[in-house]
Amino acid sequence: MSRLNAPEVLQATRETLAGTVAAQLARGFRLALVAAHEDGPVGPEAGFRIVYVLLGTAGERVEVVVEIPRDDAWLPTLAGISYPAGRFEREMRGLYGIVPRDHPQPYRLVRHGHWPTSFHPMLSDADPNPDFTARAGFPFAEVTGKGVYEIPVGPVHAGLIEPGHFRFSVVGETIVRMYQRLYFVHRGVEKLFQGRQVADGIALAERISGDTAVGHSLAYVMAVEDALGVDVPERDRLVRALLLECERLYNHVNDLGAIVNDAGFGIVNQHAGRLRESLLRHNARLTGHRLLRGAIRLGGADLLAAPDLDLIDGVAAEAAELAAISTGHPMVANRLNTTAVLPAGQARGFGVLGYVARASGIAVDARADQPFVDLGEAFRVVTAETGDVRARFDVRVGEIAVAAALVADLGARISALEATTAPTVPGGTGAGLGVVEAWRGTLVHRVEVGAGGVLTRVKVVDPSFHTWPALGIALADTIVPDFPLANKSFNCSYAGNDL
Amino acid sequence: MIDSVVVVVVQLVLAVAVTPVLIGVMRTTRARLEGRVGGGVWQPWRDVRKLMAKEPTRAPGSTPVLTVAPILLMASSLVLCALIPLASTLALESVPGDLFVVVSVLLLGTVALALLGLESGTAFGGMGSSRHMVIAALVEPTVLLSIYALSVPAGTSALAAIVQARRADPASLLNPVSLLAIFALVVVVIAETGRLPVDNPSTHLELTMIHEAMILESGGRDLGWLELGSWLRLTALLGLVANLALPLGIGQDAAPLTLVVGIAAVTVKVLVLGAALAAAEVFIAKLRLFRVPELLAGSFVLAFLSVSASYLVF
Repeated sequence: MSRLNAPEVLQATRETLAGTVAAQLARGFRLALVAAHEDGPVGPEAGFRIVYVLLGTAGERVEVVVEIPRDDAWLPTLAGISYPAGRFEREMRGLYGIVPRDHPQPYRLVRHGHWPTSFHPMLSDADPNPDFTARAGFPFAEVTGKGVYEIPVGPVHAGLIEPGHFRFSVVGETIVRMYQRLYFVHRGVEKLFQGRQVADGIALAERISGDTAVGHSLAYVMAVEDALGVDVPERDRLVRALLLECERLYNHVNDLGAIVNDAGFGIVNQHAGRLRESLLRHNARLTGHRLLRGAIRLGGADLLAAPDLDLIDGVAAEAAELAAISTGHPMVANRLNTTAVLPAGQARGFGVLGYVARASGIAVDARADQPFVDLGEAFRVVTAETGDVRARFDVRVGEIAVAAALVADLGARISALEATTAPTVPGGTGAGLGVVEAWRGTLVHRVEVGAGGVLTRVKVVDPSFHTWPALGIALADTIVPDFPLANKSFNCSYAGNDL
Repeated sequence: MIDSVVVVVVQLVLAVAVTPVLIGVMRTTRARLEGRVGGGVWQPWRDVRKLMAKEPTRAPGSTPVLTVAPILLMASSLVLCALIPLASTLALESVPGDLFVVVSVLLLGTVALALLGLESGTAFGGMGSSRHMVIAALVEPTVLLSIYALSVPAGTSALAAIVQARRADPASLLNPVSLLAIFALVVVVIAETGRLPVDNPSTHLELTMIHEAMILESGGRDLGWLELGSWLRLTALLGLVANLALPLGIGQDAAPLTLVVGIAAVTVKVLVLGAALAAAEVFIAKLRLFRVPELLAGSFVLAFLSVSASYLVF
């Protein structure tokens, strides 16, 4: 239990790749991560190594590895058998210039309009200062027909939210199609990891997405520990689980208010803001940082104080009351119910994660599928069936209650255990995987450590990467003024997705 | 003649002075009820003063509509404040304070706003204008009909005369015709002035806006006129509702004492009504856009019933 299952590594070639991955998908595994690696110095022998990570629902991990030469960098596309694979391929095309052959969407995913076409920022010989004067259009499927008009929104919005561009094709007030353009906050995080010492990567991981500091840093640290073979004492693993639940609590409480606020019922948002603030102050007492930074370290995790269970219970009870007031309000309920439905079949096809998947009846949760600690009786996976805004709201409400119960349970278990000396982190090299159920969903980091404890490659997959494309599906036949409500109920991360 | 001019001048000054305070009181009421401190009662006044001192920024290629529409809105709102009996029922003889004239002036401001929304050429402006016109088309008939119901017993369609007649006969205030008409009027005033549950004046979500979407591209002095102009409509309409529902204290001539009493009465009535409206907004959410017509159709039915009943009763 203390160490995660070592992955089953399958070697493949371009010819056998599709069959190998398809066989794993047929076992019910999902494609969680695809990472490209540059092997060897740039030259005629240089090649790309692409690792496909598939995760099962009982802790199984499979890595499919395929190597291709750099001067003939193409892959057979897997878009036909897995939608997420198609997205990963487009991401690799943008960042590494590896071309997925016969891809149904033959254009890059990550590319600013002003990047030169030959600029692939993850390559080691990429120009650090390219000529950023190129201009590219914005390819999107234009909807034509009588009365169809377009509404471009963003990337700069009227509210304080992250940048993203949404292009709506609308008839009257009904959305026919929505195309989103992201990657405005692509900061090159994965490249920033390269060359750092493993211990220095934690601070960077905490800053990938401000509201998921624990999720990202924990996934990163677990990947490093997996790579180096570090055993984490049980008490520290319990502390990590507790921190994850604290992060889930404050974010879900905030979302609760924000969703209802988008229906024009502001008072719930004010109270949710108050509850969030008391949770943030509690976070500061627990770890010294309101967003829970600095608590997770290689080989362990620290708390400055025991969790205040009365406060957590009080917040959970008040959040439940706020939720009951909201869903009991006929006007608010009318806005939430049956709005922006994501059918289970579509959710499964897109491979969505987290509360979005669970609201469509798919019980995907890394705390159950890939556990790093036994959470005991207090834990259950909250699901709903209808897949509308209401279901995503209800799943959050249920998860707040579960998280509060888990904090109480974990707090008691932690105080019953003696603090042990921290395990030494050995040197060495290796590759490892960290899988964590962050508040938005399953978060995966894959880390490769080279000689001297230097990071050679870190691949980050935020759940939002999988969930973003499903937003457009849920919007079919939704009216334009309901978009903010739908978007808030998904609440995908821009920073986590754009990296 | 001089007397009625005095009344008009007093009403205009009163409306412009009270309006920012009205908005401030409404915002503060809502903030306090939601557990916030709020910006204070004087904040809207400070905002308008700030905007008036700023040079407007207009997009290249924009037409004079961008300049004219805010002034047109402001002018129509001022005419509205002059025509509606706020402090006194003494009307200008040469200008009919007829309910049809009032509704037309109201519509003039509505059209100016809609043109402004279209002028910007952005999707938001057009969207806001189209939603605005949908609501206006549903609101205007109800305004006409509900005041018409009240005009039947008075035997005239001049607003001042209606208010005067109601003041002279307090028993008529509580009859079902009157209550139905006032209720219908309140609903359409809420819709017309862009309050919850029809529009959310405090939203920052471009896609849900109605009023805000149309004025997104305006800035500086233009925006100042737009803000003050649309707030004045709220004052005028609330003043009308208040004086129709409870014509207590409104003067009938331009004598200094009656004017002072009239000013005090209408100020208190409008502020109390505004605060009540803001308090009610705390408890309601925004309707789904496609359900707004249902609400407005409901208020139209009430107004229609009121008209039918008024012929049966009187």
